[in-house]
Amino acid sequence: MSLEARVELTLGQLHLDVDLAVASGELVVLLGPNGAGKTTLLRALAGLVPLDRGRVVLDGRALEDTEGGEWVATEDRPIGFVFQDYLLFPHLSALENVAFGLRARGLPKAEARRRAGAWLERVGLAGHAGARPRALSGGQAQRVALARAMVGDPRLLLLDEPLAALDVATRTEVRRDLRRHLASFDGTRLLVTHDPLEAIALADRLVVLEGGRVTQTGTPAQVSARPRSGYVAELVGVNLYRGQADGRSVRLAGGGTVVAANVNHGDVFAAVHPHAVALHRRLPEGTPRNVWAGTADAVEVVGDRVLDGLW
Amino acid sequence: MTAEARHRRAGGSRIPILLLVPAGLALGFLAVPLAGLLARTPWGSLGAELATPRVLEALRLSLVCSLGAVGVSLLLGVPLAFLLARVEFPGRNLVRALTTLSMVLPPVVGGVALLLAFGRRGLVGRWLDQWFGITLPFTTAGAILAEAFVAMPFLVISTEAGLRAMDRRYEDAAATLGAGRWTILRRVTLPLIAPSLGAGIALCWARALGEFGATITFAGNLPGVTQTMPLAVYLALETDLQAAIALSLVLLVVSLAVLVALRGRWFPTA
Repeated sequence: MSLEARVELTLGQLHLDVDLAVASGELVVLLGPNGAGKTTLLRALAGLVPLDRGRVVLDGRALEDTEGGEWVATEDRPIGFVFQDYLLFPHLSALENVAFGLRARGLPKAEARRRAGAWLERVGLAGHAGARPRALSGGQAQRVALARAMVGDPRLLLLDEPLAALDVATRTEVRRDLRRHLASFDGTRLLVTHDPLEAIALADRLVVLEGGRVTQTGTPAQVSARPRSGYVAELVGVNLYRGQADGRSVRLAGGGTVVAANVNHGDVFAAVHPHAVALHRRLPEGTPRNVWAGTADAVEVVGDRVLDGLW
Repeated sequence: MTAEARHRRAGGSRIPILLLVPAGLALGFLAVPLAGLLARTPWGSLGAELATPRVLEALRLSLVCSLGAVGVSLLLGVPLAFLLARVEFPGRNLVRALTTLSMVLPPVVGGVALLLAFGRRGLVGRWLDQWFGITLPFTTAGAILAEAFVAMPFLVISTEAGLRAMDRRYEDAAATLGAGRWTILRRVTLPLIAPSLGAGIALCWARALGEFGATITFAGNLPGVTQTMPLAVYLALETDLQAAIALSLVLLVVSLAVLVALRGRWFPTA
């Protein structure tokens, strides 16, 4: 099970020209700046924007092929789409939103509501079944949108900036839940974001999209190790460590401990921004939370940054 | 703050007499006739006045015709609104202008135009008569047609505005969930534009209910056939003033009810 797409289209200023392959079980994150064409690419895969040239093949079945003249309409594609601002139908309750797709695909009302209810329970919102979207918090709305997209058992799950509408405080928690729900999905998954932290935290493989073209692809580690464009270098110039948090202290998977700015528990990523690193000859006084002693074997000035080979 | 600025500020907070007098006159001018109507209303015999067969007949006919006009407007006007809002075609602005023409056209002119088009010898009426044996002037169907002619633009404009303001990505979301065109229309688009559609229906109905000029010109003034309330009021004015006042009061109450129902939706509240 997999997705293979060759997408060529022009929409206003944007010229999209992308080859994309996503294996099943793989979570590919499409990372790029605003206006790079990420959302348009997702919409094209969903059939909401027609291709000028190219094809979309899902699990060996052509959904669209401009040469062969294939075209499967959006409503007949086995997809789930989580939109950036979720687009929950404001006139329907959370339960009715989740049941909408099942009803549209012809399931009897009672059965659709039963399955929708089960999904709401799965995302921890059983108590909010009757709530209108307006009454839900951002994190809750996101989970309803996820349930709505996944309840129909799609083969391809498309997520457009699923965390962008959330405030920073809830984002970490919602991201953890999202990871868990995405892990339980056995189809093909493609997620769009402009946030490198989110991309690195979620991706099995990163595809960097700039100006309508793929500029780099690889695992998060590969992409951060060898950034091939200024945009990527700027983005991934953040050191990210997986670890276990216990209060402010985070035990890193690769050994060592760092002190974080906020309190967390369980699996976390610790981000250390290069701008936050300073070298001192003596033990510094004042604000630094993490202090390590070591020997710098080289110091190099690159623009406004200093590269150092520590240890 | 300079003395001059302070002076200007103080002056600005007082309402200038030059504004107050004409504004007050305008308010009185608009309100006094209504007060006059209320003052002359025969409250004691209101029930009896409204229960006379002639008045009841006019009431019934007005309901039938105005609701019929709303029905015609919904059936034809809503698709027209979709066309104007969703389809780009050459001459769209011209079509929109044409749609709203009957809002500004003197209703009598509308009536004359209807007569020339749908009259027995009219452009279209000739064929309706010859082929189907249908004659519209001086029939209840004709009255419905005349009312729809002047009232439909209110529905079209309001619905089109609702469609334009709506976020179409909700329809995209519905499509990704497997909904076809009709399901999307029924379960997403129409519910989302319901407020605009409702306002359009209310305005359309109010306009149809009050229609006079086009109706009397095209459909005549036949009791029980085309004599709706406004026509009955006009006629009763010469013979039975009490009945005219009672009927007017009914129309006034209906208008107020529509105004209250639309409060803040069509007329912005400050």
